[in-house]
Amino acid sequence: MTTSELRLAAHDLACLRGGRLVFEGLSFAVARGEALVLTGANGSGKSSLLRQIAGLLEIAHGTIALEGGDSERTIGEQVHYVGHLDALKPSMNVAETLRFWTEYLGGGRNEAAVAHALDAFALASLADLPVGYLSAGQRRRLSLARVLAVPRPLWLLDEPTVALDAANTARLLDLMNVHLVSGGLIVAATHLDLGLVPARMLRLGEEVAA
Amino acid sequence: MTRMTSLSATQRFHAYANPTRFMALSGVLLAPLWAVTLLLIGAGLWFALVASPPDYQQGDTVRIMYVHVPSAWLAMFGYSIMAVASAVALIFRHPLADLCAKSAAPIGASFTFLALVTGSLWGQPMWGTWWEWDARLTSVLILFFLYLGYIALWATIEEPTRAARAAAVLALVGAVNIPIIRYSVVWWNTLHQPASVFRMDGPTIAPSMLLPLMLMALGFTLFFVTLLLVRMRAEILRRRVRALRLAQAASGAEG
Amino acid sequence: MRRAFLALLLRDLRLAARLGGGGGMAVFFFLVVVAIVPLGIGPDKALLSLIAPGMLWVALLLAALLTLDRLFQADFEDGSLDLLSMGALPLELVAVAKALGHWLTTGLPLVVVAPVLGLLLNLPVASFPALLLAMLAGTPALSFLGAIGAALTVGVRRGGLLASLLVLPFYIPVLIFGVGAAEAASAGFEGDAGVQSLLFLGAVTLGSFVLGPVGAAAALRANLR
Repeated sequence: MTTSELRLAAHDLACLRGGRLVFEGLSFAVARGEALVLTGANGSGKSSLLRQIAGLLEIAHGTIALEGGDSERTIGEQVHYVGHLDALKPSMNVAETLRFWTEYLGGGRNEAAVAHALDAFALASLADLPVGYLSAGQRRRLSLARVLAVPRPLWLLDEPTVALDAANTARLLDLMNVHLVSGGLIVAATHLDLGLVPARMLRLGEEVAA
Repeated sequence: MTRMTSLSATQRFHAYANPTRFMALSGVLLAPLWAVTLLLIGAGLWFALVASPPDYQQGDTVRIMYVHVPSAWLAMFGYSIMAVASAVALIFRHPLADLCAKSAAPIGASFTFLALVTGSLWGQPMWGTWWEWDARLTSVLILFFLYLGYIALWATIEEPTRAARAAAVLALVGAVNIPIIRYSVVWWNTLHQPASVFRMDGPTIAPSMLLPLMLMALGFTLFFVTLLLVRMRAEILRRRVRALRLAQAASGAEG
Repeated sequence: MRRAFLALLLRDLRLAARLGGGGGMAVFFFLVVVAIVPLGIGPDKALLSLIAPGMLWVALLLAALLTLDRLFQADFEDGSLDLLSMGALPLELVAVAKALGHWLTTGLPLVVVAPVLGLLLNLPVASFPALLLAMLAGTPALSFLGAIGAALTVGVRRGGLLASLLVLPFYIPVLIFGVGAAEAASAGFEGDAGVQSLLFLGAVTLGSFVLGPVGAAAALRANLR
């Protein structure tokens, strides 16, 4: 990965959902060490934009490129996406879950990475507990933990602080800042002031306010 | 699960059914129960396989009966226990009744399966067929389905109290089948032979066969009871583990 | 990529073992369907043994259909499917892993209990090997073709019923050749008819290994985006 010039660039994007034009003419770029914070009213297309970048939603018009990334792989394989759904199975335990996603998403069988990610999200003491017993905040943290377990340059976070208490929100912000400092990219949709150092704002929903 | 109203009689009733007390009591009972069970089945098997004569018509195949008949009794006994426990659970909200019904189901299903399999093995040399769709066999097969449905219902509904309620209703509705099985041989006189032990005019079975049969029946019944206690203890422990895990998740919320 | 494939397959097997839902329920359903046949048409043994191969196959097909909706639906509902599409494993191979897991936890148990049900329908014991062989050769196709229907209806409410309707026509070749192979054996004649059906059955299954995952992946892409 030639991360030196890694850059996420979107040009003239449009999004259609169920025949409704959610947004159009959207262009932006995010460079290494930068965060882009998406804001806007409900239905303004924050989640849709994140899913478009992750390759989970059709791009009605325009282009999205991860410049300087691995041209052999899709953008989806080079980004982490944490959406509203947490992709957790109640009958698997916490460590198993993270181990599976680490292996599946290309992190290999890496116990150290799993342990580190669990630790970073204060889940180490719950490692043997089936996911079905977790609270909403704990589920959220487990879902987020995979972004640490498998290194990928771009994080796409959809309302990452939902269900997190103050302490864990602070923990997440720390980890996001570390990711940025070490040259990562973040696109996050949130209403909160994340306090990220190099953050730029993109307000959705005003272009097609009609 | 228990209703905290002023039903003092019910509360006293519950005190005896307290899981902790049940654990202590059943813990003491288990070892002697296992011992007597093994002794009875061991003695029964010796009489059944070695010391009793072959049947003058059936030869050695008659020995299958010593497993088949007790299994078939327990198939119905198990369902009756399940049905009674379910009724108690529904009416008195007795905390152990759910556990008892849930624990009895797989054991009863296993004995039903054993009765079906041994019956099939017996039927092949006797009737020349592995399976016959006569009233007795069909109704026992339906009993097996009822057991499986009951187990599946428990496994499918995640919320334990709701699962218990639904399963209890199912068990009671299914209880209709028990008298049908009991009297199927009388009502529809088909291939399966009628009862020969419990009859108004005394048993029609030779004493040399009756002894091992009774030993096996008693041994199997105690085996059933022992397994039931083991499973109920396991179920109580499982619920404790569940409570501990919930507590663990709650304590892990911070830091 | 092989590692991701194995991880996914193992996860599915583990989930199936813990929940015990799908496969066990399918076996139970298989049993019940076979058991009501004699009650419906009467316990005439000659008749039962005549229709046994066909009834077994039909019941097996229905039991397999019953479990199809869980193939992708659970992963779709909890968001796992999104993540599964973001690994190095192409969706085609995701579909292979899911279908293989489905066969191991549903198809295989159905084949294993089939002989017991054969006894209930008075199927001659001599024809059991042929029946088992035919079912082993044919049931993977049920999982792999079924994956297409499951993928098409992912995210659809009451999708299970729709998936059954969509998939049933694709199951017909399996049914025809499966019954052909079993009947040839149960009628007692050695040789060509049975072997030919068996070969066709194998061909259908091999074809489904390609058609199933490709179709399922295309359907998933259409549904996910």
